[in-house]
Amino acid sequence: MDLIEAKRVSKSFGGLQAVADLTFNLRKGRIKGIIGPNGAGKTTIFNLISGILSSDSGEIFFKGSLLNKLKPYQIAYLGISRTFQNLQLFDNMTVVENVMVGLHTRTRSEIVHALLRLHQSREEERRIFEQAYETLRLVNMESRAFEMVSGLPFGEQKLVEVARALVSDPEVIMLDEPVSGLTTQEIERLDDLIRKINAQGKTILLVEHNMRFVMNICEEVLVVNYGKMIAEGNPSQIVSNQDVINAYLGEELSIA
Amino acid sequence: MGYAGQVSLGHAAFFGLGAYTSGVLTVKFGFNPWVAFVAGIFVTAFIAYIIGVPSLKLKGHYLAMATLGFGSIIQIIFVQWRSLTEGSSGLVDIPGISIGGFKFNTDLKYYYLVWIFAALAILLSLNIVQSRVGRALKALNKKEIGAEAMGVNTAKYKVQIFVLSAIYASAAGSLYTHYITFLSPEGFTFLFSVLILVMAVFGGLTNIWGGVVGAVSLTILPEFLRAYKDYDIIVYGVILVMVMMFMPNGILGLVESAIQRIRAKWVVKG
Repeated sequence: MDLIEAKRVSKSFGGLQAVADLTFNLRKGRIKGIIGPNGAGKTTIFNLISGILSSDSGEIFFKGSLLNKLKPYQIAYLGISRTFQNLQLFDNMTVVENVMVGLHTRTRSEIVHALLRLHQSREEERRIFEQAYETLRLVNMESRAFEMVSGLPFGEQKLVEVARALVSDPEVIMLDEPVSGLTTQEIERLDDLIRKINAQGKTILLVEHNMRFVMNICEEVLVVNYGKMIAEGNPSQIVSNQDVINAYLGEELSIA
Repeated sequence: MGYAGQVSLGHAAFFGLGAYTSGVLTVKFGFNPWVAFVAGIFVTAFIAYIIGVPSLKLKGHYLAMATLGFGSIIQIIFVQWRSLTEGSSGLVDIPGISIGGFKFNTDLKYYYLVWIFAALAILLSLNIVQSRVGRALKALNKKEIGAEAMGVNTAKYKVQIFVLSAIYASAAGSLYTHYITFLSPEGFTFLFSVLILVMAVFGGLTNIWGGVVGAVSLTILPEFLRAYKDYDIIVYGVILVMVMMFMPNGILGLVESAIQRIRAKWVVKG
């Protein structure tokens, strides 16, 4: 079943065609990677799916319903969560509070409940605190739960973002350059984590520059250049594709 | 403003709306002050909502400008709608406030009445901070896109908190009216909005108590500056500039970071 379906989507910024007539799909349960040279439009694709940008033309569907007119927060409610290449963590909060914001879609308390500190509101707080803490445990970050997120090293901040995206139990998780800036050990940890959550039934779409990582973990890879799709297929098809090799001009592609 | 990071220069107008609704309804229509108080809250909340929905789409300086413009318009209405407000000659003989037979007719009694409301306002604010809504506000303050991507309807929460803070201002305005028993439009100008803003920044924006500390210290400060006679305004200005330069997080911000530093030292030693 297709969870996400993009049909002939285009987006330009002034004269720059960031995404051009792009059609692709994301099947349930897959780990799919989007690769391409710098400025190929990969992050723009993410921003179009999550509603941060709206497309000039074309349609994007999630489980058959059109996303085009929806606001980012509405798309989050549907069950699509994401991380950001340039982190979007809330520096004014602790690690666990950041993850608790990720449970916004799973909680109901509104301003009146909060003002009067109603039972429902307090109950909810306790529940989501525990849930957030559990998710931090999953990414091995529980020891940092009460530290300010701004004080953490970059690699750990990325793990907090992953936890925040994961905690609401979304159907699709989009990871924007999850391993850039991470050490080899951190990459291995993240690789394990992604496989683990994929095994639990989560569908994953990721943008990444690290070829080794992508070719290792993804079942399907979409290659874009200048906003256009130049190839799609499994990793072994991609590395032997002449257009892909040309686009990366001299860069070495290997599965190893 | 502190938690959600939205700058309003129109809060003098909300204060004024509360004050004038209370004044006009009690003087011209013989309403009970408490009924007028509640009416003021409804009027102000409604107007804040109408203003908030379009203007909160603006960010930073643009939002400040829009609320500034709104404040000026309201102030002009206070001056010009003479049949209700008596214009710049002012609304006089506003009745005092009482509960049952108990009249709040001395400064001390009124002092306690105001503190009851202030305590209530602080309590409600603290409740919000420690909630899903408070977290959403803190989130959208720092990273609006990140907050949206987590499901936070940023537009909705901004309007809600704007309306709530307008309600606070209105309540304060009504209490002021029945204390001072005389209203003229000069009290509700742009300068008063700036003063409210400065109090918040001075005390510290990252904490509800910051507003309290700021309001108290900036009310007391001019009393001490009387010693400088005509130069008091200059000294006042210099103090504000110094605070902004050396304590960008306000007085409480400074206290917080000092505590953190001491704690860090303890941890290292321990």
